[in-house]
Amino acid sequence: MNANVETHAIDLASSSVRELNSALHALKEGSNASLWRIANPRGLHSIAAGLDAPVTVEVDGPVGYYCGGMNKQATVIVRGAAGVGVGENMMSGLVHVEGDASQAAGATAHGGTLLIEGNAAARCGISMKGVDIIVKGSVGHMSAFMAQSGSMVVFGDAGEALGDSIYEARLYVRGSVTSLGADCIEKELRDEHKKELFERFKTAGVSGQIDPSEFKRYGSGRTLYHFHVDNASAY
Amino acid sequence: MCGIVGLFLKDKALEPKLGEMLSGMLDVMCDRGPDSAGFAVYGSGESGKLKLTLRAPEGFDFAGLGKTLGDDVTVSVRGTHAVVSAPAAREAEIRAIVAKTKDVAVVGAGQRMELFKEVGLPSEVAERFDLAKMSGTHGIGHTRMATESAVTTNGAHPFSTGADQCLVHNGSLSNHRSVRRDLDRAGVPVQTDNDSEVAAGYLTWRMNQGRTLGEALEDSLDDLDGFYTFVVGTETGFGVIRDPIACKPAVMAETDQYVAFGSEYRALAGLPGIETAKVWEPEPAKVYFWDRAAA
Repeated sequence: MNANVETHAIDLASSSVRELNSALHALKEGSNASLWRIANPRGLHSIAAGLDAPVTVEVDGPVGYYCGGMNKQATVIVRGAAGVGVGENMMSGLVHVEGDASQAAGATAHGGTLLIEGNAAARCGISMKGVDIIVKGSVGHMSAFMAQSGSMVVFGDAGEALGDSIYEARLYVRGSVTSLGADCIEKELRDEHKKELFERFKTAGVSGQIDPSEFKRYGSGRTLYHFHVDNASAY
Repeated sequence: MCGIVGLFLKDKALEPKLGEMLSGMLDVMCDRGPDSAGFAVYGSGESGKLKLTLRAPEGFDFAGLGKTLGDDVTVSVRGTHAVVSAPAAREAEIRAIVAKTKDVAVVGAGQRMELFKEVGLPSEVAERFDLAKMSGTHGIGHTRMATESAVTTNGAHPFSTGADQCLVHNGSLSNHRSVRRDLDRAGVPVQTDNDSEVAAGYLTWRMNQGRTLGEALEDSLDDLDGFYTFVVGTETGFGVIRDPIACKPAVMAETDQYVAFGSEYRALAGLPGIETAKVWEPEPAKVYFWDRAAA
């Protein structure tokens, strides 16, 4: 590790999440890269939410809801499982969960990367708007519901109604898909998509270990989101 | 919102600590449900004996009631509740006397189950009943934020509709009115306006028909409509189920010593050995069930 990196240690057994987040929010764009080590998270909510500085936050254990939510620039690493809405609405940076993630991981996120080593539960990437989500395990039902843009790469399986009412997000699943949601269809995996998968493999630390052609691509059938007069009676 | 917790011990050595562990879990869930709380603990019991948990207004003379019930009855008072232990053969007779006693209600019955619930901040409710000192094999608890019925002790969880059976619920049922009518026809009594009691009654009804707790939970997926995560207890069993949409949160942890359920991981964070426990989110529409009798 770079010896010049300024390191801070915060113990949530003695400090509050509010104190931690205030200290992190005080860091600005030009702040020196620093490393923040957080002990005893015990499933507390909103840890390292709303960051906007190029710092690294390592959380040593399971976190509660909305960890790394609204993240900009920062790298947030969770050494454990994450509760509902990890990385929700993140704009940039990296949120890395070493365990499983609960529901709505990466919900509405605009940018950055959400990397989940384990499984993600229901509604992973719901309404995602540009984030790149990588799940090394499986995702639950209704994942990528109304996904607008960005990509979701799932190394395992996807549950029911994958990509229901999807717009232009790109979904890649290596395993089985229980069912596709309305207007979500399988699409051809072209070279440009394999290239994208190569990039995600790099981020996930598995370059050269997986053949991208093992993945299937899913996306929008584009029959729902343009108004079509034949559907008028459905509204 | 609402908070639910459950703990099923595999290691006998932890049994004296069941109440302490459960009360710690309940404390953390105060902010998911600050208006009332309750819990059921499966403690000691002997065959041929029955425990009736009674509830009465503050200051009620339970000792006096005990005398009326007879010499073969013991009464142990905890705040506004009392556990009456009596020969099981006298159940109908004792229930008849209790029914005639003003302001006293039976909240639970069984060989081993004791059930306590009251309006108030969950941590205070647990303290009032001295939950931390209770021992047992398994227990469930609830912190309530009322939605479908009023904030009253009657509306507090757990609900018990059969011997040694109880249920806690996070969510709301949308077809409880029609299920209530089915239960009525089937002769399963549902006493309050609460939707969760209907769920408890439904499971009792199924089990009366010979279904196991696990099978009854499977049945509920077809027959109960709405949002729910249920944690249920029977004399020997402990079960968890979430509806197929699974909006209501749930986390489970298992070690060699116990199986634990919490609405959030925070509730489990204080348990022994949680750092190395298997922690997972129960899947939607999947029955999780542990039984001491089968073990």
